[in-house]
Amino acid sequence: MSNKIAIVGVGESDEIGKVPGKSSLQHHAEAAYNALEDSGISIDQVDGLLTAGYSSMVVAEYLGITPTYTDSTNVGGSSFIIHIAHAMAAIRAGYCKVVLVTHGQAGRSARTKAVADPAEPGAQFEAPYGIINAPAAYSMAASRYMHIYGEDRTRDAMAEIAVATRKWAQLNPKAYLRDPMTKDDYHNSRWVAWPFHLLDCCIVTDAGGAYVITSAEVAKDLKKQPIWVLGAAESHDHAIISQMPDLTSPISKNTGARAFDMAGMGHSDIDLAMIYDSFTYTVLVTLEALGFCKPGEGPEFVANQRTAPGGDFAMNTSGGGLSYTHSGMYGMFLVLEAVRQLRGETGARQLTSPKTALINGTGGYLSSAGTAILSV
Amino acid sequence: MNNYKKIIPIPQGESEFYWNKTSQEQLWLRKCNRCSEAYFYPRDISPCCFSRDTEWTQSSGRGRLYAFSIIYRSPNQGFQEEAPFIVAIIELEEGPRMTSNIVGVDTPSPDKLRIGMPVTVVFDKITDELSLPKFILAKS
Ligand SMILES: [Zn+2]
Repeated sequence: MSNKIAIVGVGESDEIGKVPGKSSLQHHAEAAYNALEDSGISIDQVDGLLTAGYSSMVVAEYLGITPTYTDSTNVGGSSFIIHIAHAMAAIRAGYCKVVLVTHGQAGRSARTKAVADPAEPGAQFEAPYGIINAPAAYSMAASRYMHIYGEDRTRDAMAEIAVATRKWAQLNPKAYLRDPMTKDDYHNSRWVAWPFHLLDCCIVTDAGGAYVITSAEVAKDLKKQPIWVLGAAESHDHAIISQMPDLTSPISKNTGARAFDMAGMGHSDIDLAMIYDSFTYTVLVTLEALGFCKPGEGPEFVANQRTAPGGDFAMNTSGGGLSYTHSGMYGMFLVLEAVRQLRGETGARQLTSPKTALINGTGGYLSSAGTAILSV
Repeated sequence: MNNYKKIIPIPQGESEFYWNKTSQEQLWLRKCNRCSEAYFYPRDISPCCFSRDTEWTQSSGRGRLYAFSIIYRSPNQGFQEEAPFIVAIIELEEGPRMTSNIVGVDTPSPDKLRIGMPVTVVFDKITDELSLPKFILAKS
């Protein structure tokens, strides 16, 4: 088993939520520091740097390192799940031994906003119509789902997901939103982009996160229990929303099947599902794409608070992008929670001895997906 | 001179023809001759089979509402001032899907729209040089 790969350190930036005055790069660095400390590995041993949002050149210089393997793949919020597969390939091929993966985004407090390249199709053919942020694109996809599978049952499912996720957040001291939420609160929240209420949408925070991933050989001498990568897959099938082949069937259908196949596992083997919840709809349609239920059956799958604390399908136990944190490219935090749950470090929200976790990141406008399966 | 506050597209080499035609109130698509398939957005080399054998073809401007959203909050001030407004994906008669706005619906609300409704192109002249293709609900 010498070619096994493990995540051996995880960390967030020092403070997350509303952190005025800290830049995105500072969140990268603090998270990197905390993840390395968690692993017990010195920064001198890091020879691979994977990141998204900034070029690895910018991050490496800021951290003061000279990596021999780098990857700045940016496919949106799923990037940091996709980096698991990239790190695995690079380590196995001998390009590097210890990979640091970093994320940082002052999504709430950044003093500047990125400007879109006008030559990109989205800038030319979608932005002039007001499709300039994720709610506009994802809500159109949700409208189509409602049309096909029924508006009322879709609406109920979205409310179930919002409420269940908040219940988990109430058990997470780092969560940004921890007030109780009822289904009435959900239905009464203002419209952002019909069919999305405010409480269908992820929050916007300042946060960084990082993890350290390495070979079994390096992992065996470290202070914390290694969390093994059993399966990982990536893909994307469009960039702008009008080009999505099927608004109700994201590419996670492909990455999930491949990750399960690589891990040699089935759905019933999964103890924890960490599903990118940019919106309630993202969760609903991703559960179907991953094969936890059939297309259109998501509403029954999540009914009766099945994904809430105490329910029989543990999902998004951190409180998710909906309530815990969402800096912009949230996928990193799916990894951190899965690792901590598998290690048994999550306090009041700790599941009973979970052995496996499935992580699924979605990036862009339901455009990209990365799936990973981890185990103790 | 122009007080248009929303986002103005910047035509690129491949799309100049498209935008020239919209300013003449025509909607044109790029078409792959190998597949006999029109596609959106305009690219010289086709996405269906990666062929260089492509040409321009005029769209009928008719299509159906494929998906929509009613935007209440926009980060762009020009759009916010017009909220709520309708963004939509239109499936054109020729096959391709494109995003646009549905216009001409007073006080947009979901009960006034139904996916599958027929729509027709109209043109919104936003500058001297540029018109955006938008859609109205067709009389059925
Ligand atoms: Zn073709």
